[in-house]
Amino acid sequence: MKELRLMKGNEAIAEAAIRAGADAYFGYPITPQSEVIEYLMAEKPHERTGMVVLQAESEVAAINMVYGAAACGKRAMTSSSSPGISLKQEGISYIAGAELPCLILNVVRGGPGLGTIQPSQSDYFQATKGGGHGDYRLIVLAPASVQEMYDFVKLSFDLAFKYRNPVMILSDGVIGQMMEKVEIGEQYPRLTNEQIDELYPWATTGKKPGKDRRIITSLELDPGRQEQHNLKLQAKYKKMQEEEVRYEALNCEDAEYLLVAFGSSARICQKAMDLGRAKGLKIGLLRPITLFPFPSKILHELATKVKGMLTVEMNAGQMVEDVRLAVCGKVKVEHYGRFGGMIPSPAEVLHALETKIIGG
Amino acid sequence: MEQNFDLPEIHTPENLVYTKTKVLTDNVMHYCPGCGHGTVHRLIAEVIDEMGIQDQVIGVAPVGCSVLAYNYFDIDMQEAAHGRAPALATGIKRVFPEKFVFTYQGDGDLAAIGTAETIHACNRGENITIIFINNGIYGMTGGQMAPTTLPGMPTSTSPYGRDVKMMGNPLKITELVAMLPGTYFVTRQAVHTPALVRKTKKAIRMAFENQKLNRGVSFVEIVSNCNSGWKLTPVQAIKWLEENMLPFYPLGDLKVNGEMVSK
Repeated sequence: MKELRLMKGNEAIAEAAIRAGADAYFGYPITPQSEVIEYLMAEKPHERTGMVVLQAESEVAAINMVYGAAACGKRAMTSSSSPGISLKQEGISYIAGAELPCLILNVVRGGPGLGTIQPSQSDYFQATKGGGHGDYRLIVLAPASVQEMYDFVKLSFDLAFKYRNPVMILSDGVIGQMMEKVEIGEQYPRLTNEQIDELYPWATTGKKPGKDRRIITSLELDPGRQEQHNLKLQAKYKKMQEEEVRYEALNCEDAEYLLVAFGSSARICQKAMDLGRAKGLKIGLLRPITLFPFPSKILHELATKVKGMLTVEMNAGQMVEDVRLAVCGKVKVEHYGRFGGMIPSPAEVLHALETKIIGG
Repeated sequence: MEQNFDLPEIHTPENLVYTKTKVLTDNVMHYCPGCGHGTVHRLIAEVIDEMGIQDQVIGVAPVGCSVLAYNYFDIDMQEAAHGRAPALATGIKRVFPEKFVFTYQGDGDLAAIGTAETIHACNRGENITIIFINNGIYGMTGGQMAPTTLPGMPTSTSPYGRDVKMMGNPLKITELVAMLPGTYFVTRQAVHTPALVRKTKKAIRMAFENQKLNRGVSFVEIVSNCNSGWKLTPVQAIKWLEENMLPFYPLGDLKVNGEMVSK
């Protein structure tokens, strides 16, 4: 029988981590995501599965603890919110450079600076374009429900280990804080040290007699070899673009106007779409689930079918740049955004679509 | 131009009384002639070899002159961002409590940019070994002022000598971590004489043996010389170290078996 629970998005992430067989969580409290570590500490996962949970002295230390554990072939994760994610960028860049798998959750709040503790989507650029220094990408998943917060944890670890690459769940204060019904999945066992040795020939687990030592590093002083490393990373990102694009298309078959939105904005757009359809407007919704790799191909195809697109984001216009790149001038693309912690209403979104696209 | 020194063959089996430990690789070290890093690397490698833990040890290299330490140890190693080695070591030890974990860090790495990671790993009592090389200068980047640069000591960023009123005093981080309840063994050693090399090796051995006890951090500072950064010949540098570094950074144990050593 299915196990259903009413949970906050942040709690769903924490429970999902234990159930996914995560080995370690390292974090530092910050609003609006502190429930992740609070839930984990209260749950005593070391008694349930042997999972390690540690409150670090800073976000910087937390992401570097993730580095250390991930380099051992363990399923390690951290979570934070925007200002804390900025602090983690150094570590994320090193993790991407050293090709280590891990999960990073960003429950986004408004910025810049200390900004607000209210929800926002203003970290889209940071999440999808690299974030730290150097040419690298994260796989970025954008949940639009508490259920997806839960489901994307296991998916993130699977993708992270498939590509030896950090995966970010880009959520926001709405999804993190709101409570919804969640279907709880099965308990996956944590891997044994023997399984790790067998599965991950790169992991530092102690040099085996007669075998080569293993080194985890992002340093290569020889420019020729560093370029080869960069090319290898780029090939990996290209493979992600070919194989890992995920999106949800609602009412796109007959759509004349398309809303493009991710995360909680997509939930609002769904209601705006219903309001518009009730008025006889043929509105569709394209919800990118992976923000990197971005669903450019489907948007390119839809551009030949619709009269215009409106991206709705809780930011000043970030994803709209990727939509315009995908559409390549074929159709009008506009942006509607609220920011600083303000959340658009469905009526507001419909009005923006009517004025900027339909009547524009 | 080929040189022919016509040396007598001394590498004969009967002359082999001291060989490279197998825990060091055959890679040629990049360290400057006279630098202490090579000696300390060797001591760590010998301890790992003698304890028979080559297959159970994971090392963490820093950013600084010893950034490439992982090229020289024949063990599994991770390269950390500047100052973050104790955080990596925490992550490793927490998921592999049965393995031996050590960091190898210089003064800029451990006592400037990584101060928070150092203090908090020590305060949590992570069951790890920290090897801290203090030569009072940033070697790799070309001789800039370190947190441990002595008062009045010239460096490229304190060219008229460290003015403590403007630049602050040197940080005695070893004395500081000895005060924390999470440290179990804290000592300051040096490697510029054979007798001191032997003492340092004993300290490193104890610092690794302690991990079996699960009682907290073992912290070994090694006061070393940086001939290139100090702009001195190796012999002059050792004299300078004895006359200037050691009075400020006195050698000896600060904390043994979790108890402060009374002086």
